[in-house]
Amino acid sequence: MSQSKTPFDVGLLRADFPILDREIGTAKLIYLDSAATAQKPTVVIEAMNDFYRLSNANIHRGVHTLAEEATAMYEKGREQVANFINAASAREVIFTRNTTESINLVAHTWARANLNAGDVILLTEMEHHSNLVPWQILAAERGVRLEFVPVTEDYLFDMDAYGELLKLEPKLVAFTQMSNVLGTITPAKEIIKLAHDAGAIALVDAAQSVPHLPVDVQALDADFLAFSAHKMLGPSGIGALYGKMDLLKAMPPFLGGGDMIKTVHLRSFVANQVPYKFEAGTPAIAEAIGFGAAAEYLQNIGMNALMAHEHELTKYALERLEEIPSIKVFGPSAENKGGVASFTMEGIHPHDIAQILDGEGIAVRAGHHCAQPLHEKIGIPATTRASFYLYNTKEEIDALVAGIYKVKEIFG
Amino acid sequence: MDDLYREVIIERYKSPYYRGHLDPHDIFFEDDNPVCGDHIEITLRVDEAGIVTDAAFDGHGCSISQASADLLIESIHGKSLEEVKALNKEDVIELLGFDLGPVRLKCALLSLKVLKAGAYGLSVDEVSDDLVE
Ligand SMILES: Cc1ncc(COP(=O)(O)O)c(C=O)c1O
Repeated sequence: MSQSKTPFDVGLLRADFPILDREIGTAKLIYLDSAATAQKPTVVIEAMNDFYRLSNANIHRGVHTLAEEATAMYEKGREQVANFINAASAREVIFTRNTTESINLVAHTWARANLNAGDVILLTEMEHHSNLVPWQILAAERGVRLEFVPVTEDYLFDMDAYGELLKLEPKLVAFTQMSNVLGTITPAKEIIKLAHDAGAIALVDAAQSVPHLPVDVQALDADFLAFSAHKMLGPSGIGALYGKMDLLKAMPPFLGGGDMIKTVHLRSFVANQVPYKFEAGTPAIAEAIGFGAAAEYLQNIGMNALMAHEHELTKYALERLEEIPSIKVFGPSAENKGGVASFTMEGIHPHDIAQILDGEGIAVRAGHHCAQPLHEKIGIPATTRASFYLYNTKEEIDALVAGIYKVKEIFG
Repeated sequence: MDDLYREVIIERYKSPYYRGHLDPHDIFFEDDNPVCGDHIEITLRVDEAGIVTDAAFDGHGCSISQASADLLIESIHGKSLEEVKALNKEDVIELLGFDLGPVRLKCALLSLKVLKAGAYGLSVDEVSDDLVE
């Protein structure tokens, strides 16, 4: 991971995000919903605009100038993304629509080629639905067995239970590197090492980690790692699946159609090389360019500096929120937690909290955040979630706290 | 926003008049709002002429969903099942006394959906938003 080139200055960084000047009614926007999707800096917006203004063409086949430019820009996006996660080769990065599609791709290709009835897939209790439902579908279809590493009372990945569950000799361990509800950061490197020792392949749901932590796929020794551009300052509509080259080469293709083939006959085809074998049809070209620009922007800021800023914010937010009577914040203490604070208030529904905060210009999320089983485990139907990113400030957290006091006042 | 949290909503949310579960009952139905996990169940007693003689709701959710359920249940006492089937989203907006944005309207309409599904005798998979459009 590259070191930051200039000191981290949130005031200067905020100027890169035009939407932060917006007002909601008469209040200034306070955006605390980056775990759902992040705001976009001008460099990302402009990279995509420039593509459409100056270079738009379809990729890979044309010989005309625009087609060549477009192809080069698309592939540069792949290189920037690969570089950001330190993949050994850009060809190990497959463009998908989002994290969800990346995980489904593995479920459809690698898993269908390698798993049979009775094989065990190990997940955790804190997975997002996108790292749960694809495996449930596979379980129903193939008779594979799903087992779950519990969350401890301190909201951490239960290492002891994991050790026990590995005795079931799972074929796949698929887990989140950072929970989008609890903020729990899991010890991914250790989890993967133990999975490998037990003969399993490891898939990391990195939707929340890649945007917020330095992630190095080679240091982690991850087999598959899935993430979305839109949560890391890039556009929606594009995500990535990192996979180790030997695994990708051995996998059957995903969707069939143009671009994923080398040759096609009436009754047969030969698949293209990796990664094109997994990218059927015209991809999200402008989005790939925006994705690359976002990765480079983050890399220039430096993920260590960004993480330190978010850690400060998280610590401060937990302190301030826990001061408020009748609030309960769910998740581990700040050392093991990313920039997420999910909470409940006695007698007041998360929807009402989010609505009243919106009246103050504060954007937070209410609901089960696509992690219903986790909410069942902690025994609540829904939470209100404030989440932080590089552009958030302590003043915004103060405004959140003031907003929460207003909620209490309205509900008396 | 202030409109949304008028006194009637907060009051009905905190101390609803018609929260409960009638036993015995003639009609029972329950459903969830998958987006926010709100849950509503209704129980009705209906006489031979098809008139609702008693009604109650139970469940959990935001102030809008629970307060509108309470107001709705209040409004159907003495109505015929045919009249209940004819209710739609405008009636709920009228009961609340103000319009809601599209997201919160879903919260307000959950109880109507449950009520109408019960009145029609539908199964859970037959319930859709079309019921309240
Ligand atoms: C931990 C986690 N996994 C997966 C996803 C799914 O991401 P996407 O909706 O971009 O596919 C999310 C996004 O909410 C997430 O937070």
